[in-house]
Amino acid sequence: MSGIDAHLRELYQEVIFDHNRQPRNFHAMPDADRVAEGYNPLCGDQLTVYLRVADGKVEDVSFVGHGCAISKASASLMTEAVKGRPVEEAEALFRDFHALLTGTPPEGRDFGKLEVLTGVREFPARVKCATLAWHTLHNALTGEHDPARTE
Amino acid sequence: MSVLAFPSRTGGCLRGVEDFPILSRRIRNKPLVYLDNAATTQKPEVVIEAESLYYRESNANIHRGVHWLSQRATDLYDEGRESVRRLLNAARSDEIVFTRGTTEAINLVAYSWGCSQLRAGDEVLITAMEHHSNIVPWQLVCEQTGALLRVVPVSDCGELDLEAFEALLGPRTRMFAVAHVSNALGTVNPLPWLIERAHAAGARVLVDGAQAVAHMPVDVRALGCDFYAFSGHKLYGPTGIGALYGRAELLATMPPWQGGGDMIRTVSFERTTYAPPPQRFEAGTPNIAGVVGLAAAIGYVEHLGLDKIAAHEQALLAHATEAVGAIDGVRLIGTAAHKSGILSFTVDGIHPHDLGTILDTQGIAIRAGHHCAMPLMTRLGIPGTARASFALYNDENDIAALVAAIRKAQHMFNGGGQP
Ligand SMILES: Cc1ncc(COP(=O)(O)O)c(C=O)c1O
Repeated sequence: MSGIDAHLRELYQEVIFDHNRQPRNFHAMPDADRVAEGYNPLCGDQLTVYLRVADGKVEDVSFVGHGCAISKASASLMTEAVKGRPVEEAEALFRDFHALLTGTPPEGRDFGKLEVLTGVREFPARVKCATLAWHTLHNALTGEHDPARTE
Repeated sequence: MSVLAFPSRTGGCLRGVEDFPILSRRIRNKPLVYLDNAATTQKPEVVIEAESLYYRESNANIHRGVHWLSQRATDLYDEGRESVRRLLNAARSDEIVFTRGTTEAINLVAYSWGCSQLRAGDEVLITAMEHHSNIVPWQLVCEQTGALLRVVPVSDCGELDLEAFEALLGPRTRMFAVAHVSNALGTVNPLPWLIERAHAAGARVLVDGAQAVAHMPVDVRALGCDFYAFSGHKLYGPTGIGALYGRAELLATMPPWQGGGDMIRTVSFERTTYAPPPQRFEAGTPNIAGVVGLAAAIGYVEHLGLDKIAAHEQALLAHATEAVGAIDGVRLIGTAAHKSGILSFTVDGIHPHDLGTILDTQGIAIRAGHHCAMPLMTRLGIPGTARASFALYNDENDIAALVAAIRKAQHMFNGGGQP
């Protein structure tokens, strides 16, 4: 197998296909107390993240929208990763995950299943796809009103 | 890639691929298959050489020096204008205004013509298949003038609704701005008929020729349009240079839209008078090297023959339409009766972006997304498409590579993730 095919296989791991086909927490949330929109003007990927926060914790999180397999799987994995976490931890995870994909990953952090998304590092044009949901989450957590941008 | 043979400067027989240095490079360790020509075309050696030679031997500013080099640069610049005139078969070379490209050419007309001519309640008619650059300038100018923007709808197969077009044309229609060829779908619009109708209603017509000039002979006098805009970089020429054709009577009445050097006759603080067209619309030092490169590109396609290029690309389009259309799960987007060499499609279960990445790993460059035509995508009810677009150097092998890579993507997405 050539190097690039290995990179391709790393990008599209089974977990990605699984979450693309059957995204978790993929629904609107009528009783959400925070909602944020994310949009990638370059490729048209668009999603909405819903949050219910209680006692400083992400009690529930969900999303709807459309996009490529990477952005959909990333959103799905994100909801699993932050559900039940304290808000500060979710924010810290956003920062660390962003660093993992774009720069130097923080030492000693175990990203668990989110590691499957590191395949995008070989495809710089696709990093935005993997981070869109996270930027949107960040906006929902911090109450930013402008739609999240990946630029 | 190419099967087009033609005599070279050295008298031998070259194939297109040998004229385009970039086409022999490898991408991700695979031979490059370049199918993103609607975004920009690759450049032949003659264009690269012409620009480089200009800087080596003829560089100076134009229209201002008494010295030899300045005259030489001015001559080359004027020759470039004459090349564009010939390409479009305009009557006079002063009907050609150099711009940065199609976008700037359309903005020039929207601001200069539009802001001076449009009144509240006037109508600007565009179509649902326009590139954002033939939508947004008109929106901006409509906002400023109080004119209204009207849109000719598009059918499911990507053709203009001609009945709706006729119904939308009215006494208040002042401008009809339309793409010659749709960059997203490849549809070739029936310009002579559209232009005749629009003129009969008293409207001016601007044609966005960005996707046409490299792929078919264009004759602005036969078309009868008032304005025609194109970009050099989609015509095997450099980026940052393009042109606007405008009928002389119209350009003569249009005010400047940018001020500066080169566009004036006399300047005083009380009153400045402007140069006649085309200088009136070319403020500041222009992209002289770009004009030289564009002239070389025009010479190149003229030498090959735009009719031969058109025939070659039509054959490729027919072949690609059949080969890609035959793949299970592929839906062709844009199946107009009259098309240019652009093939847009979607693949069941695979987002265009994912497809683009997988094709990229096979050395195949295509475009994935909305192609700067978001209203068109909305109309067709899709977030975007994958788009393969052809040029004179593409051939059947490129289509075969495309088909194989689409199958590979399907295998990955439907067959358990093994590339
Ligand atoms: C139909 C059409 N119009 C306008 C443009 C804009 O051209 P440019 O970006 O060179 O100004 C393009 C290029 O993408 C196009 O395809």
